[in-house]
Amino acid sequence: MTADAMDGPGGELRGFREVQRLAYACAEAVAGRLRPGVTEREAARMLREWLRERGVRDWFHLPFAWFGDRTAFTGFRLPHQFFPTGRELAPGMPFILDLAPVYRGFTADIGYSGCLGPNALHRRLAADLLEHRALILREVRERRPLREIYREVDALMVRQGYANRHRAYPFGVIAHKVHRVPQHRWAPSLLGFGVHSLRGLAADALRGHRQGWSPLWSPYRVSGHPPVPGLWAVEPHLGFRGTGAKFEELLVVTDSRDPVESAFWLDEDLPHLRHRAEEVAA
Amino acid sequence: MSGAGIEGARERRVVSGGVELCVAELGEAGRPVVVLVHGYPDSKEVWSEVARRLAGRFHVVLYDVRGHGRSSAPRPLRGGFTLEKLTDDFLAVAGAVSPHAPVHLVGHDWGSVQGWEFATARRTEGRVASFTSISGPSLDHLGLWLRRRAARPTPRAVAQLLGQGRRSWYVSALHLPRLPEAAWRGPLGRRWPALLERLERLPADGYPTASLPEDAAHGAWLYRDNVRARLRHPRRDAYAHAPVQLITPTGDPYLSERLYDDLEQWAPGLVRRTLRAKHWVPRHRPDQLAAWITEFVLNRQNDRENDRQAGRQHTRQGGRAAAARRPATAREAYAQRFAGQLVLVTGAAGGIGRATAFAFAEAGARVVVVDRDAEGAARTAELARLSGAAGAWAECVDVSDEQAMEKLADRVAAEYGVVDVLVNNAGIGLGGSFLDTSPEDWRRVLDVNLWGVIHGCRLFGRQMAERGQGGHIVNIASAAAFQPVRRLSAYGASKAAVLMLSQTLRAELAGQGIGVSAICPGVVNTGIVSTARFAGVPEEEQQRLRNRAARAYRLRNYPPEKVADAVLRTVLENRAVVPVTPEAHGALLLSRFAPRLLRALSRIEPRL
Repeated sequence: MTADAMDGPGGELRGFREVQRLAYACAEAVAGRLRPGVTEREAARMLREWLRERGVRDWFHLPFAWFGDRTAFTGFRLPHQFFPTGRELAPGMPFILDLAPVYRGFTADIGYSGCLGPNALHRRLAADLLEHRALILREVRERRPLREIYREVDALMVRQGYANRHRAYPFGVIAHKVHRVPQHRWAPSLLGFGVHSLRGLAADALRGHRQGWSPLWSPYRVSGHPPVPGLWAVEPHLGFRGTGAKFEELLVVTDSRDPVESAFWLDEDLPHLRHRAEEVAA
Repeated sequence: MSGAGIEGARERRVVSGGVELCVAELGEAGRPVVVLVHGYPDSKEVWSEVARRLAGRFHVVLYDVRGHGRSSAPRPLRGGFTLEKLTDDFLAVAGAVSPHAPVHLVGHDWGSVQGWEFATARRTEGRVASFTSISGPSLDHLGLWLRRRAARPTPRAVAQLLGQGRRSWYVSALHLPRLPEAAWRGPLGRRWPALLERLERLPADGYPTASLPEDAAHGAWLYRDNVRARLRHPRRDAYAHAPVQLITPTGDPYLSERLYDDLEQWAPGLVRRTLRAKHWVPRHRPDQLAAWITEFVLNRQNDRENDRQAGRQHTRQGGRAAAARRPATAREAYAQRFAGQLVLVTGAAGGIGRATAFAFAEAGARVVVVDRDAEGAARTAELARLSGAAGAWAECVDVSDEQAMEKLADRVAAEYGVVDVLVNNAGIGLGGSFLDTSPEDWRRVLDVNLWGVIHGCRLFGRQMAERGQGGHIVNIASAAAFQPVRRLSAYGASKAAVLMLSQTLRAELAGQGIGVSAICPGVVNTGIVSTARFAGVPEEEQQRLRNRAARAYRLRNYPPEKVADAVLRTVLENRAVVPVTPEAHGALLLSRFAPRLLRALSRIEPRL
């Protein structure tokens, strides 16, 4: 599969790009409506409703919202702790909105980090995240084994003085593959994950198992292979004491020989990149 | 009168209710006024060190309380020392030195007892801009404190009552007729300076002044005129009308820390500070006191300025609403103790050192980050500033380099002041069997792990001792200091040396109020293995072994943040030897009670 083929008549990439933009627009809209006293559950509901109004019926996973030290997953031991709680937002608090809508059969999975009011530490984290964005792209283009890239990201975090918080995700993944999802009238979810998406992931896992790769980009031996063509939702997550920040966007990997064509971020016009550009300009 | 008066002070006399008060002033008039009130048995000279340090920024005013120092005594003495009359004195002094603006009040011991009266009485409202209380509760609060505990004598309440009772024996003694006066004018007065020197380890530097026997004899009436009356009928409306900062010495032999448990109820927005010292902190810790008073006063000045610009009235801070409990989290305890203190951490570009620097930063300390990795140190300093440090600076120094360390010590003293807490953390790892370890390897390990600590203790310990205001040294040893491990002979030996050095130093420096602790972390997920060397192993093998060790450390995954927390707790509680991970605790226990088992375990060959 080449970049052209993906962006060909079917306009696959355009579909993914559209839903990713929609998801980021949703996150920005809801982030703008967050006020002191809003709870995680309320924020998650706002995300859900905003997208439902715009035609989203299925999810890769239902929206998550984390406030305060929950952005760094402080004290998380069990998976249920990821789900939204009654934690209220307060001035100066960091927050993360993580949502993965499926729209017209295309999946997006995005993460949006913000802060209620100015917080210099959070700004620093957000700026440092972009180093990881560049590092990941560079190393994927070099076709390094995913497990090694994972280690490199880890090492950069240690140098930066942060803790790796994506290790807390299921299987410790920094990224996972996403797909087109068949459109059904009935789109149930299981433990917060869309059943159709899970099925796609399971099929991928099976295929990958036979061919020696994994749709989950983890620190373990199963990820000791070079990047596999397709779309990867990459989500490095930094933690510094009680503050966490992440981004999540789609990385396109193709089998092209040209390094630039072989891997690229699906969209270069996203809120966290714009914010950073504005800061640098200021 | 020898020793009386304060160098460079302007003196004047203020008349109040038939007594003449001796008032001394330092610093430029026109600056914010800070009034320092002394305790019992003292005179205003007890503040001389603090006053000197405050004079650069403030208009500092001290006065001898009636019947003390060079102020005259009321006639008759009985009934002349009531808090009402002392309030008259304060208002007279404040009116004379600062007729238009309210003053910032600082009281120690009985000065603080009076201060609470000034900060809570109706008629002083608008005259007190802020109040810093040191070792002296409000008698009204104390009365209610006693009542509440006597009314509900739970075991804890009874223990608290007994604890304070044990400390207050002298109050009853002072209520005896004539005897206290005779004692003070006789043998007790003569021996008092020597007694203070012994009990409080105060330097004999011309204080107490010659007026001490008379001060102490008159001052007995402070107790007789007020204590019984107020404890029997405490005012129930003693709410502070000014912001209050409470400074509690944790080693005070006369006052229990528990007395202040419910204080937020009376003084909303109370700022708490603790310091490890005995009762006479104005003489033990003038630097720290001056720093905290300065910060508090300047903040209150800013608040007032902002309020005025916003057109708000500075009114009585009604405290009836929120009866907040005493903050009990570790984080608050750290902030109360370490805010503004100067902390130096070596090897702070990563791992335990970095986490420790961040933990102190979060508590509001000023942090000096030392490492030979300049970039990493700068990064630590930057994040420390962002996470709340009152200041953070990076210094690129190799701890094993004697001259560089000496220069560092001079530079730190000149630019940032004397270090309050030193954390000797820098260390390197070395594995491999003894017979393969070359003298060069030994030298490298000992240079960093042992000599680095020696240089740190020697240079900064000396500065602490010379300042004479206490401090704390934390040396990061290792569980390998008491747990023999095959192939860790050099590392283990260096850390065992650090452990013994720490304990010896602790004994040596205890007399000067400097605590020394050794932390023995155990296996902690840090970068120490990724830079460790393995003796007698070819280069290509090195990396494999490192990766293997790093993997084991990752699997154990004990975070350096927990060690950092142990460091802060250790300083707070002044503990001697602190193992951190469960396996370190276990090894320490075995080394005490089953050393043969521990030795047997150490013979197991590690898989490399």
